[in-house]
Amino acid sequence: MFQILRKQEMAKGSIIRFDISAPKIAAKAKAGQFVIVRVNEFGERIPLTIADKDAFAGIITIIFQVVGKTTALMRSLKEGDIIRDVVGPLGKPAEIEKIGTVVMVGGGTGVAILHHVTKAFKEAGNFVIGIIGAKDKDLIILEDEMAAICDELIVCTDDGSWGVRGFVTQPLEKYLEERYDIKEVYAIGPIPMMKNVCKMTLKYKVPTMVSLNPVMIDGTGMCGGCRVTVGNKTMFCCVDGPDFDGHSVDFEELEKRNNLYLREEKDSLLFSIR
Amino acid sequence: MVNADVKYLKFKTYLNTYCPHCKHTFNFERKDEKWLVFKAKYKEQDFELKLSPYLDVFDVQTTVPLNEGDILSDLKCPKCRKSLVVENTHCEECGSQAAELIITAFSKLIPFFICLKHGCNWHGLTKADEAKIKLKIPRQDMPEQDMKLRVTNHLEVPYGYTTELAQLEAGRCLQCKEPKCVNGCPVNINIPEFVRLITEGEIDAAAKKIKERNILPAICGRVCPQESQCEARCIMGLREKPVAIGSLERFVADYERRMELVKIPVIKEKKTKKIAVVGSGPAGITVAADLQQLGYQVTMFEALHETGGVLVYGIPEFRLPKSIVAFEIDYLKKLGVRIELNHVIGRTITVEELLENFESVFIGVGAGLPVFMNVEGESLGNVFSANEYLTRMNLMKAYRFPEYDTPKPKAAKVAVIGGGNVAMDSARTAIRTGSSEVMIVYRRSRAELPARHEEVRHAEEEGIKFMLLTNPLKFIGNDQKMIKGIECMRMQLGEPDPSGRRRPIPIEGSNFILDVDLAVISIGTGPNPIIFQTLPDLKRNKWGYIEVNPETNETSIPNVYAGGDIVTGSATVIEAMGAGRIAANAIHKKLSGDEVEKDKSKDPELVIV
Repeated sequence: MFQILRKQEMAKGSIIRFDISAPKIAAKAKAGQFVIVRVNEFGERIPLTIADKDAFAGIITIIFQVVGKTTALMRSLKEGDIIRDVVGPLGKPAEIEKIGTVVMVGGGTGVAILHHVTKAFKEAGNFVIGIIGAKDKDLIILEDEMAAICDELIVCTDDGSWGVRGFVTQPLEKYLEERYDIKEVYAIGPIPMMKNVCKMTLKYKVPTMVSLNPVMIDGTGMCGGCRVTVGNKTMFCCVDGPDFDGHSVDFEELEKRNNLYLREEKDSLLFSIR
Repeated sequence: MVNADVKYLKFKTYLNTYCPHCKHTFNFERKDEKWLVFKAKYKEQDFELKLSPYLDVFDVQTTVPLNEGDILSDLKCPKCRKSLVVENTHCEECGSQAAELIITAFSKLIPFFICLKHGCNWHGLTKADEAKIKLKIPRQDMPEQDMKLRVTNHLEVPYGYTTELAQLEAGRCLQCKEPKCVNGCPVNINIPEFVRLITEGEIDAAAKKIKERNILPAICGRVCPQESQCEARCIMGLREKPVAIGSLERFVADYERRMELVKIPVIKEKKTKKIAVVGSGPAGITVAADLQQLGYQVTMFEALHETGGVLVYGIPEFRLPKSIVAFEIDYLKKLGVRIELNHVIGRTITVEELLENFESVFIGVGAGLPVFMNVEGESLGNVFSANEYLTRMNLMKAYRFPEYDTPKPKAAKVAVIGGGNVAMDSARTAIRTGSSEVMIVYRRSRAELPARHEEVRHAEEEGIKFMLLTNPLKFIGNDQKMIKGIECMRMQLGEPDPSGRRRPIPIEGSNFILDVDLAVISIGTGPNPIIFQTLPDLKRNKWGYIEVNPETNETSIPNVYAGGDIVTGSATVIEAMGAGRIAANAIHKKLSGDEVEKDKSKDPELVIV
């Protein structure tokens, strides 16, 4: 029984937060891990990163952007509703150690996951700089939560309606230029953002981890659908990841693979509307 | 009624092979044969009797409507001396009356009937005579869905035997004193005995006889490679085709299930000890059923949202209806087995944690990690592992998209790489989901195809092309990074390799491009890493599978057992069940205080009635 205990709409209803009762998962979940969710009998299995957890209360938090059929269906769920299947925690936890100064970069919904990992980095005793961005002011999420954790936080929007105008890469470059003690950059967000972050950090030779979110079915290494090419090697995101060395990831291939089912996604939505 | 010049007349006669009303023809027509036509009289009316001299089958066509209970006084059963009675059937299509008469073995040499209606058998014959007649009975094929029709649906291809057909086929069994078939079966089912029970009409008893050794006969009857196991050893097979043991097993199990003869055994003595079974495939099901019936409290953990393992995610609906798997799982639940879905052992709970709460743990997680070819272009769009392709289609029911949300991979031209059952399943799934051209690309020749013969035949009938002696070298993509072709190379067969199969050798300069828009890689699987990531102490063999003591199936960690594909690598359902039973016996012996005796592993004591 995976009951939705709390539902919160963010970014004008385009991003939803669920607190779900899942004691066994909450007891094990570490930052960077994900769950696979199947809403009902007819649903597909989709991976969602665990954005937070409360082991004592047996609750996990997931935050997702409404992009297609399944996420639209999830938005229609209310507090008290049951999600049919939630399995996890899956994937390897993010590798978190005390290394010094880290820059956490998040874009869009990626900030939801970034928040959990940032918390872990901070708790490990690192000096944490946060850079979060979105299209406009309405789409910025978890700003207060991030501000509470990060030692420094920069917010940017593409249209300048909030914080700094521009992409997250601009303040990142400034940091890389000014500070020589940055030990790691951790980036989560849309694929173009992660790609550009990696391009930049490669220039400054700063190790960069990215958290990938490819199409998955089982999430346990069974189907190979989530394979990504990392350093010319085929990796399964669900068991070898989801965190990989960003400088080795073939982002173009990942982007193409993630867009394989765009047409079907539309068909599915149309079907459910009818 | 029958001309004495005819050498042999065989076993099934149909009066009115077509419905007199709607002209729907019963499935008994043989093409490309010359039929001898005889005139015959019945009820003062003439009708034609058609006889094939090659297949020894005769066929009567008449426009005389026969009624149920009509007596054919000319034909009598030699044992009971009763006249044969018309068995009434109704046309499957329109429901109107159509007569069907079932006789008998009939030959010039040994004038004798087997009367199926009255259940008489081969009494009064010497063993040699009996064998002679039996050799003349052709192997009975299961009626199957029409070739053109079945590629448009996902229903099972064979309909299964009728009781008559099953008894006729069972009548072919020579009842050997030292049956070889039993040794060919990985779990040593008493095959002659259950076949004999069918001929006597004791089908329920036949089912119980099989279940002493194999708790999933409906599944094994469908998916076992009988032609390389029991049927390979059948003495009948030396001269004629072997007895269709698999089809009979399936018939018996289906009969028991459909007639609601499955009983839930009463567990005599409840024990307090608890067992955890990891994985709900064939091995896990066997361990759970065996130990639960012995009184233990079994909890079964499954990573996916549905129980059955490979039976639900791998084998398609048209080969193994999911309702059968669900029935078997339901049986486990009725026995009292607890089932925990959505539990990935190693992630949600670790094996070490299980050991704190359970006396023993059985690992039967299968070999679920798909193997890729490590060639260029493997990550292109529309290149799938067979696991992904079948999981989407079966488990997630993508073939019913958009009713189900998981998208269905679509393509006109599909290539499936590999020659095993999984490859056949993938190819046949593709042809059923709208692909116009489906090919099997296999690097050896036809003789080496590892798939069941039936699957290869079905695939061919359904129009799947076999590109044999063809080795894929790389996948070629278009500018959208979608596959558009496969570069292949022709092969020829060389000397046999260690597996006894002839090694394929490339023919230089024979490269060519195969145009496809979807490829499925079905070249095998490996062990899943998850369980090992949190259990580093578990000893593994050089292929990465779990190492066990073959007598007990216990692993290097005390009280942790393993069996099935995670120990052997990809194998069969029945072998996994055999491994499960060995582990169940060993767990029982250990927990009830006994030491496992040697040589018992091959002949497990546990018998479930």
